[in-house]
Amino acid sequence: MKKLATSLLAAAAAVAITGAAQAADAKACFIYVGPIGDYGWSYQHHQGLLDVEKAFGDRVETAYLESVAEGADAERAIERFARSGCDIIFTTSFGYMDATNKVAARFPDVKFEHATGYKRESPNVATYNSKFYQGRYVQGQIAASVSETGVAGYIASFPIPEVVRGINSFILGAQSVNPDFSLKVVWVNTWFDPGKEADAAKALIDQGVDILTQHTDSTAPMQVAEERGIKAFGQASDMYAFGEQTQLTSIIDDWGPYYVERVQAVLDGTWESHDVWDGMAEGHVAMAPYWNMPYEVAAMAKKTATAITVGVLEPFTGPITKQDGTEWLAEGETADIGALLGMNFYVQGVDDQLPE
Amino acid sequence: MTRIELVRRPQHSALFSVLSPFIAVLITALIGGIMFAMLGKSPIGGLHAYFIEPLTEVWSIHELIIKATPLILIAVGLSVCFLSNNWNIGAEGQFIMGAIAGSVMPVLYPGITGPMVLPLMLVMGMAGGAAWATVPAFLKARFGTNEILSSLMLVYVAELFLDWLVRGPWRNPEGFNFPETRSFHADAILPEMLSASGRAHYGFVFAILAALIVWFMLSRTLKGYEIRVLGESPRAGRFAGFSAKRMVFFAFIVSGALAGLAGIIEVSGAIGQLRPAISPGYGFTAIIVAFLGRLNPLGIVAAGLILALSYLGGEAAQISLGVSDKVANVFQGVLLFSVLACDTLIRYRIRIVRPQPAAAPEPAR
Amino acid sequence: MSPDVIQAILLTVVTAATPLLIAAMGELVVERSGVLNLGVEGMMIIGAVTGFGAAQITGSPWAGVLAAIICGALFSLPFAVLTLSLATNQVATGLSLTLLGLGVAGMIGEQFVGLPGVRLEAVNVPFLVDIPLIGRLLFGQDPIFYLSIGLAVGVWWFIFRTRAGLTLRAVGDSHGSAHALGINVLRVRYLAVMFGGACAGLAGAHLSLVYIPQWVENMTAGRGWIALALVVFASWLPLRVVIGAYLFGAVTIAQFHAQAQGVAIPSQLLSALPYLATIVVLVLISSNRRMTMRNTPASLGKPFVPDR
Repeated sequence: MKKLATSLLAAAAAVAITGAAQAADAKACFIYVGPIGDYGWSYQHHQGLLDVEKAFGDRVETAYLESVAEGADAERAIERFARSGCDIIFTTSFGYMDATNKVAARFPDVKFEHATGYKRESPNVATYNSKFYQGRYVQGQIAASVSETGVAGYIASFPIPEVVRGINSFILGAQSVNPDFSLKVVWVNTWFDPGKEADAAKALIDQGVDILTQHTDSTAPMQVAEERGIKAFGQASDMYAFGEQTQLTSIIDDWGPYYVERVQAVLDGTWESHDVWDGMAEGHVAMAPYWNMPYEVAAMAKKTATAITVGVLEPFTGPITKQDGTEWLAEGETADIGALLGMNFYVQGVDDQLPE
Repeated sequence: MTRIELVRRPQHSALFSVLSPFIAVLITALIGGIMFAMLGKSPIGGLHAYFIEPLTEVWSIHELIIKATPLILIAVGLSVCFLSNNWNIGAEGQFIMGAIAGSVMPVLYPGITGPMVLPLMLVMGMAGGAAWATVPAFLKARFGTNEILSSLMLVYVAELFLDWLVRGPWRNPEGFNFPETRSFHADAILPEMLSASGRAHYGFVFAILAALIVWFMLSRTLKGYEIRVLGESPRAGRFAGFSAKRMVFFAFIVSGALAGLAGIIEVSGAIGQLRPAISPGYGFTAIIVAFLGRLNPLGIVAAGLILALSYLGGEAAQISLGVSDKVANVFQGVLLFSVLACDTLIRYRIRIVRPQPAAAPEPAR
Repeated sequence: MSPDVIQAILLTVVTAATPLLIAAMGELVVERSGVLNLGVEGMMIIGAVTGFGAAQITGSPWAGVLAAIICGALFSLPFAVLTLSLATNQVATGLSLTLLGLGVAGMIGEQFVGLPGVRLEAVNVPFLVDIPLIGRLLFGQDPIFYLSIGLAVGVWWFIFRTRAGLTLRAVGDSHGSAHALGINVLRVRYLAVMFGGACAGLAGAHLSLVYIPQWVENMTAGRGWIALALVVFASWLPLRVVIGAYLFGAVTIAQFHAQAQGVAIPSQLLSALPYLATIVVLVLISSNRRMTMRNTPASLGKPFVPDR
């Protein structure tokens, strides 16, 4: 009993000490939709938080909440952060859009950054996103160069513009190498279910694809590809460890630079609302090292990535025909941002019907 | 071997009815404190974050009420089901279908406004939940199909149906093809009770009303008697002239309607639009709430508030202590186990039996 | 379609079905003893994380399998103590066990995130494995598949052909009469619950060592619930659990093939098919009422407190 009492006293002292240590200049807070252990979307955002800690050390305090369900829970979590002294709050899922804006209206002194959304109803809300589709174009080129069957498989999560854009960019890249290349798409209706993703991967391989790419978060498809001896692309993070004979490259969501930049802006007092859609040029989308492919293919991929980075190549440049055969973009024409943001149609070459 | 033996009390212990929740909290605090200490966190700070912090601020109490509302509404309905021996595990699906049916007006007919919209939505929500609950009821009454399974399977179907709606036909035409319906117009939003201090809406009033009505029905009416008799012994119920089949429908429709009401209240009061995921598992958590409340609607109100507190406390602990949400889940699990275990004291005395010193000869049977 | 492709598809179905089969077989024994444990999902994820962890630390996948079985059984104990010794409500306690399991597994697993796992390699019987169409199906699968078949046969034999199985059924059908006959009802139920835990643990190990050799949070993704459904679906008959698991696996896999073939049906409807199919089959089975009644453990879910 005495021992317990001492430990409780020590604990109380510890509270007092941690209380005193909170002398940071700013507090940055993050809300994740999944567990940081998903090794995908939420994991990468958390890497961004770690970058913030690395960059500012004691100057910036951080906090996060993981697995916050969209809906009523999200609004409460954001409000809790706003009340607990956060200076800037990153809400990292599309589904937090309305909750972020509602809370932001009530806390004008706190800065809010919402990922992948489009609503900025008060001046203290900014939105940000990354042009992942740029990486998909590079992947498409690699796929068409490496594939023997001329068919790739795409494990897709939900038919939202973000995913459709990735599919279209992938097939456009592939067609720039092999005009007859085609793409099979399977929708698994989940962002994260390793078993289901593995099942979909196997089904696609059995249907004759010899390259896999995914827009879901787990490493399961990579492992299936490794087991079956075909090639695959990673997603969100470098999944090389899960497919050393398999991973061609991976699109890496690197949120770190953006988070550091925005926290710096808060420290400097220069933070302003904006809508940012950055890509390779700003370092927010990066390609993992190119493995398991001939030297020439890797060289071509690097060249393409560089061209996109410096801005001489835009994946969505005409002529592009929609799946139904109508013309979308004329020769040399580029897509406007609204069409990209709301994309809900396939371009030619996708062997699938887009769910309506 | 030392073992535990239960001795049935002649009647429920009034003392332990009151005491057992407190003993449970004490046990949880002890285990939780040890767990926090093992993680290198302050036990006192942890317990403070869990049980006290969410209650120290007005806005947080509003949030507590918001979180508890769907849990109480669903669990009250489930108590009717469980007492009558109908194992409705699919309240989550009924919640979703209620939300969908209730949203027909603001989503498909946004031009129709006025004070009648909201009552109509609530009624349609109840109808939607009840209709979805009728399916397992019908299958059970007509074919003897096990309702645990059919109601559970229908949860997945409802989730996918909602998913299809918000990505397809009901998608917001101005929403850049993102998966959500248009935001409800002002007349379709359940108003806040005290909007100056927080966002708690009138849903909680419905939850309390539902608890009172069902409590009255269960304890003061013939219907309540019928529910209990059929639940305890269908045979006895038949002799008393009650129809087990009709009871199946009654129980499922009541609990489906309340789950559906919870669904439309959550969407209209707390979210403001339909989206692919509208419930973090309320329908399943409510099953626990129903039993924590000992299947008594008034107990369920308390249980719903306690469980809601443990969610909020978990979040508070994540932020103020930096523990992960896994710790919060474990803590919640420990709390539930302690409460369930301590409730045993109401009905039984516990005797620890020590091993016999020598093998006494067994009396012949 | 070539025989190789057909075999590959069948293999996928079997892999998808195996964890369901194992967990359901364990739960069947539990329910036959008159206990309803809704904590399958929780015990399964404990098996997945401890199996992965043990294999990672020792480098041996078999150590993982063993650890998963033991930890699954141990993790069922809190449920057993509460529902059996303290006579708490089984539905609520089982649900709480699932909550606790997901939390504990997440805590244990934090150190394993992002590590490629150790794979339990498939058995390959030389020559026989090359037989077209059935070679790999019969002679080239992972060891847990063979265990699952052995388990199914063993459970069937135990329940219907042994004295102990008769005791188990007696306890499940009427604990009062069983007690009067001098059977130690609670001991039988303790053993049954732990067996169920061990099976759920093994099913979890299949997920994290064979199906997808990695650890990620919530990787069971509701499979424990499907296993529970399968037991009822099978009206508590082991053979039907096998059929049900493979049927469920087949429908799950078929929807992906339909999509890859470009079938224009909303994918949500395809995803819902396994659940709808389960309901339909269940209705068909349950219309034969006498058959169902005979196999339903009459004491299912009711607590038993021996009077003294």
